[in-house]
Amino acid sequence: MWNGIDFELVYTSLPELAGGLVTTIQLTILTILGGIVLALPLGIARTSPLKSVSLPIWAYTYFFRGTPMLIQLFLIYYGLAQFKTLRASFLWPILRDGYWCCLIAFTLNTAAYTIEIIAGAIRNVPHTDIEAARAMGMSAMTTMRRITLPIALRILFPAYTNEVIFVLQSTSLASMVTVLDMTGVARIIIARTFSPYEIFITIAVVYLMLTYATLWLFRRFEFHLYRHLRSHASAVAAVPALR
Amino acid sequence: MMALPQFFDLQGYGHLLMEGAAITVGVGIAAMAVSLVLGMLGALARLSERRWLRRTGAVYTTVVRGVPELVLMLIVYYGGTVLLQKLLSLSGGDIRVDIDAFLAGTIVLGFVYGAYATEIFRGAFLAIPQGQIDAGQAYAMSPGQIFFRIKLPQAWRLAIPGLGNLWLTLLKATSITSVIGLTELARQSDLIKSPTHKPFTTFFLASLLYLAMTALSDLLRLRAERWASAGFRRS
Repeated sequence: MWNGIDFELVYTSLPELAGGLVTTIQLTILTILGGIVLALPLGIARTSPLKSVSLPIWAYTYFFRGTPMLIQLFLIYYGLAQFKTLRASFLWPILRDGYWCCLIAFTLNTAAYTIEIIAGAIRNVPHTDIEAARAMGMSAMTTMRRITLPIALRILFPAYTNEVIFVLQSTSLASMVTVLDMTGVARIIIARTFSPYEIFITIAVVYLMLTYATLWLFRRFEFHLYRHLRSHASAVAAVPALR
Repeated sequence: MMALPQFFDLQGYGHLLMEGAAITVGVGIAAMAVSLVLGMLGALARLSERRWLRRTGAVYTTVVRGVPELVLMLIVYYGGTVLLQKLLSLSGGDIRVDIDAFLAGTIVLGFVYGAYATEIFRGAFLAIPQGQIDAGQAYAMSPGQIFFRIKLPQAWRLAIPGLGNLWLTLLKATSITSVIGLTELARQSDLIKSPTHKPFTTFFLASLLYLAMTALSDLLRLRAERWASAGFRRS
């Protein structure tokens, strides 16, 4: 007989799920930060006219964007054990750990996407702006720092917001390599109680709230990025994010 | 250091990877078909004049895009099993239910990517100039004729770049059907990593197979885009 939803089970599972939620948020934030640290220099280098610089980076992003994140995670978590030298090295305690493997795999994955987002944005910075900066006597470095990157940041922001949401949702794959993120905790509770509905729907609602909270936060920041244009009515009309 | 041929030798388990790849493509194509149908229906709902249809469409895309695919997969598979079991036990007897993994994978992926396809088709329909629809009405075309002769052919063309991206994402997402036991490429490689004692080689070869699929898809996408924009001048 269908008994409806067992709210008591949901209620008693909340503290345990909250622990998993912390891991999920932690994994997301660390992955995002690691991704930015890797992708910023590599994204700039990706636009280099030198083939010897841009080609290896292209190969890296091509591999990581063309294969599933799950396979990348397995490649690191299960795969590295194949190498005896690695197993004997001081790095092994880290590379054996599911949490660290997730961080490494997720970071390499998001960095690949972010590199292409950054490179695409840099290529779309209006040439006239860069020429103006050079005409003012700015060096290549100063132009990059003061003109190209700030403009590229505004161009890439919507695409990067999507990437952050993607990372947040992908952290659920951590549960596949014994990490107790929110999905991992949920699967353990379900194995114990055999009530998949209550628990999975609960975490689905939490993911939903996390996703839209993140979206809201990033939209706020995007609005902030256009603050210098806000007093001009015509400029406001030209920028979709302000309308 | 191992020699390369020895490194890549999977001791006779290699054909299992190929079999897995075939199932990956199969579930991918089936799910894509489901998502195209759902996406078209979703876009029509979101652009409908009836409020409840618009609402339903919006709830569909909002919820599905806000929850990880893995969680949706687990909900449908385990939740569906329990629900079916309870429904069937109403008719008496203790019946064990096993949902077919291929079917479940197709439904979940189709359902998830249908939400993304909804947004792509919606954007495509909105991008058709109003003037053409007015012109159709001026020729006394019925709403159905306007839809099939003016809107639909162009919406396809406008949707193709987005759908190409969708297919690439979906193809990679098929790997999560491994959690419900579908022996596609990811699951096959997971299964043979131990008997071969070569987990890295196994997953690396699997990733090369995925790469071949995405590269081929990318090529087809470029051709499709060129085909769809034939007769259209890009000024």
